[in-house]
Amino acid sequence: MGSVGAKEVPVLLSPEGIRVDGRRLDELRPLRVVAGPLHRADGSAFVEWGANKVMAAVYGPREVHPRHLQQNNKAIVQCKYNMAAFSVDERKRPGLDRRSQEISKVIAEAFESVIFAEEYPRTSIDVYIEVLQANAGTRCAGLVAASVALADAGIPMADLVPAVAVGKVAGEIVLDLNKAEDNFGEADLPMALVPQSGRLVLLQMEGHMTREELSRALDMGVKGCHVIYDKMKAALRDRYSAARPTEVAA
Amino acid sequence: MSEEITADILTTHILDLAASGKRMDGRSADQYRPVSVEIGFVTTADGSALARIGDTTVLSGIKLEPGKPFPDTPNAGVLTTNAELIPLSSPTFEPGPPQPWAIEVSRVVDRAIRAAEAIDLTKLCVTPGEKTWVCYVDIHVLDHSGNLIDAAMLAGISALHHAILPSKRFGIGEADTPLDVQHTPIECTFVRLGDAIVVDPSFEEERAAQGRLTVATDETGRVVAMQKGLVGAFSPDDIRATVERAFHHGDRLRTVARKGGTL
Repeated sequence: MGSVGAKEVPVLLSPEGIRVDGRRLDELRPLRVVAGPLHRADGSAFVEWGANKVMAAVYGPREVHPRHLQQNNKAIVQCKYNMAAFSVDERKRPGLDRRSQEISKVIAEAFESVIFAEEYPRTSIDVYIEVLQANAGTRCAGLVAASVALADAGIPMADLVPAVAVGKVAGEIVLDLNKAEDNFGEADLPMALVPQSGRLVLLQMEGHMTREELSRALDMGVKGCHVIYDKMKAALRDRYSAARPTEVAA
Repeated sequence: MSEEITADILTTHILDLAASGKRMDGRSADQYRPVSVEIGFVTTADGSALARIGDTTVLSGIKLEPGKPFPDTPNAGVLTTNAELIPLSSPTFEPGPPQPWAIEVSRVVDRAIRAAEAIDLTKLCVTPGEKTWVCYVDIHVLDHSGNLIDAAMLAGISALHHAILPSKRFGIGEADTPLDVQHTPIECTFVRLGDAIVVDPSFEEERAAQGRLTVATDETGRVVAMQKGLVGAFSPDDIRATVERAFHHGDRLRTVARKGGTL
């Protein structure tokens, strides 16, 4: 942990194919989705995924700030992904960095692909993602939270957008990388799926994979997304079937 | 924004209610909303607490790192309090540099921690003039439904109370030890609504308020920090009465701050 001391590559996979945290190759970390925990936002969601804790809030459609970004034929989707100073081992200095800006951009574009933006011209749909505790896969956790928050806000869209990272660890394709696997693995492939159409609206990749491995990774990711999709739908059902018992804490 | 349009109507309503000793959510003038503190919410922090006052939710995380002491205080550690009023928590918050009133929240909390000597900064010193612990108190407002100062203070001091000095990680000591917290300052905020002075203002009451007064007390009976805010005025008698009430609430809130739980 931290920056002190030489880093040794840990054994990431047992001979039996069991991962450092005891999971099988195609097993997700425990995932909990809560819809609507915040009171001021138009829509919100909290996601606890492995050791990640992420909160998302959605505002809008509302007036565009800054005004010059306004579009006459459709709403714009603005996203801010931010990490709390205490969300990582070594304190992160508050404020925007290049990584956060890139993640914000690809997430906003993923949502623009499913939101019926033409129904709200000259407005902005603002998505805020706050990473409170990070442990690999925060962009996917943020996307899942934000997607549920968008639905909670009543924004019309084609579908929810589940997301997950697939990677390569000790030569094997694995689902939903944890921190050790993210740090020491051979590849990381975060993706976000539109289940209704079967298409991906977010895809990034870093590392090395063969064509064959990539193909398997994509299939594994799509399968994982469908499991996450069910949890997202269940969270929304819970939120709207009960009065309002949703809280951040378990 | 609908929020601005409804504000005037609500303000009148809140002031009318206050004149007959009532509040919108049915509380008495001297009643807090339900208070709860969950300790250890974030495991990546060296100490953390999630504090709730009604719907207001604030998360605080402590980070302790080695650094250099300030030249004018070579024997003392460094304490930094930073409150982030992130746009997630309210429709009126914009991304970008902190607004003056966000800075006010940080500074009022910082002052109470410092003045109460909650942490003996000299104990954070490792090598005088060269190496010391830097203690970051980062406060993240998640849901702004009024009275941020009290919630931020509660989250901050609870997180400090349960913080661990990560000596091993930085090769400073053999074992990690709890951060020594010697006092527990608690802020209590009041607002004037006509002739009434009510504790723990809700978001709507803050909008209607004709002056805000925050009093920080510690467990030894000292007033350690105060802040008057918003447009409005308080008489010396108002202030004396408010301080008494702040001690009463402070003692109740302190138990939650130290041990977590609900009130």
